Amino acid sequence: MRRSEAILLPVGVATLFVAGWHAAVTGSGSEIFPTPLQVAAGLVELVRKGVLIRYVVASLYRVTCGFLLGIAVGVPFGLVIGWYARAYAAFNPMIQIFRPISPIAWIPVAILWFGVSDLAPIFLIFLASVFPIVTSVAAAVQNIQLVHLRAARNFGLSGLALFRQVVLPAAMPQILTGLRIALGVAWLVVVAAEMIAVSSGLGYLIIDARNAGKRYDLVVAGMVLIGLIGLGLDILVRRMERLEEVRWGFGR
Amino acid sequence: MSESPAQPKIEIRGLNLQFPGKSRGSTVDVLRGIDLAVADGEFVCLVGPSGCGKTTLLNVVGGFLPPTSGKVEIDGEAVSAPDPRRVFIFQENGVFPWLTVEENIGFGLGKKPEAERRAIVRQYIEIMRLSGFERSYPRELSGGMKQRVELARALATEPDVLYMDEPFGALDYLTRLRLRAELIQLWQRIDPTILFVTHDVEEAVQLADRIVVMEQRPSRIREVVPVPLPRPRDPGDPQYQRLRDRIFALMGLDPLGLDGDGG
Repeated sequence: MRRSEAILLPVGVATLFVAGWHAAVTGSGSEIFPTPLQVAAGLVELVRKGVLIRYVVASLYRVTCGFLLGIAVGVPFGLVIGWYARAYAAFNPMIQIFRPISPIAWIPVAILWFGVSDLAPIFLIFLASVFPIVTSVAAAVQNIQLVHLRAARNFGLSGLALFRQVVLPAAMPQILTGLRIALGVAWLVVVAAEMIAVSSGLGYLIIDARNAGKRYDLVVAGMVLIGLIGLGLDILVRRMERLEEVRWGFGR
Repeated sequence: MSESPAQPKIEIRGLNLQFPGKSRGSTVDVLRGIDLAVADGEFVCLVGPSGCGKTTLLNVVGGFLPPTSGKVEIDGEAVSAPDPRRVFIFQENGVFPWLTVEENIGFGLGKKPEAERRAIVRQYIEIMRLSGFERSYPRELSGGMKQRVELARALATEPDVLYMDEPFGALDYLTRLRLRAELIQLWQRIDPTILFVTHDVEEAVQLADRIVVMEQRPSRIREVVPVPLPRPRDPGDPQYQRLRDRIFALMGLDPLGLDGDGG
């Protein structure tokens, strides 16, 4: 595939989608659902009022805090249970019970514990990201090739040196993949959390625009922003996958 | 190489290894009654059918696997764990994919000063004909080159013993022939003791001072065959062929079109 195609093809599909959307709205004569142009106007309005940047920053702030907390807890914990079979046997069943509980189900609990504050969504994002991180980091350590560990031991490495020079770099590609998945989930959850637990952010924007006057142009504008920022976050992590130290793990 | 040296480099005595069997309380004999002495600087090949325990034996000698009973001594010292003075080379290629060629080769030199380390790395890059690939990552190299990186990484630490577990098994025929020749040159120059596992009889006859033929069930040494031929060895030499056929016969194979007389 040529480089120009790599840009033109997705742009073409997006254009077709927006055109189809426009045709569908005008064709159906809907008064409530906005056309793409109305959504664009809504975005401009949000920028003028100064709320757009504020809401985006608020959402990103919560995701950053919750996600970093998830990394701070999930990576070390995952490394430990990935390395020690006993720790894995002890903790993994519990993790697998907590993991499928949607963070949305925790919203009432989060409000009970943290009230209506930034802490509630941060806690929810932490919950959303920590389980996928622990699981993928543990799997990454367990998947380290025996031949690399043996070679390292052969050269006299043990303890911290073994960990720093072999375990961590060997597991890094899969850890990165886990972080990418966790970040996607975190971004999904922040929107849901903001619809209920706080009064700022993109989730709040959507629910508020609907409740205060059925402003569906702003609802969809919020959705578009969420999608675009999600894409941006994914591109960011994918950039990291191209670093020389981890590229070997991505089959490129 | 003399055959029964006063102080062997590696001495294996009465070595047994058992694994737990399928039914409870039962055991499987993996290695039984292995006795072998390897002289300093000797090149010994272990051959045998797959499943005969030759790789397992190498793992025990290398300190990766404790024996059930019996002794493994190197320089008169019991082996209990892997040791940087004795380096293993793996068939699956143990080169670290997250390090460049030069970082890999310098991996075992962690305690040396930076300048010395760099000089050694440069030296082995040249010896192993890896110039121009210093900053390449293993995924950018061919299988043969990767194996040369692993060999360089091992030799750079100046080990006195090399354990090689079918190191050329995954390579194509021509690369295998070339690496064999290179290994012999390196061995003659640096003179480590080499314990080399292969299932390729031809390879063993090309390389070894002595060939240890192993048999299956129970896994033990069938016979130790000296190879008193000068190097480089000519596969057309009748003596070479007789030796090869003898090994085949010991492994229970009559070489095609020849009347195996070694059995």
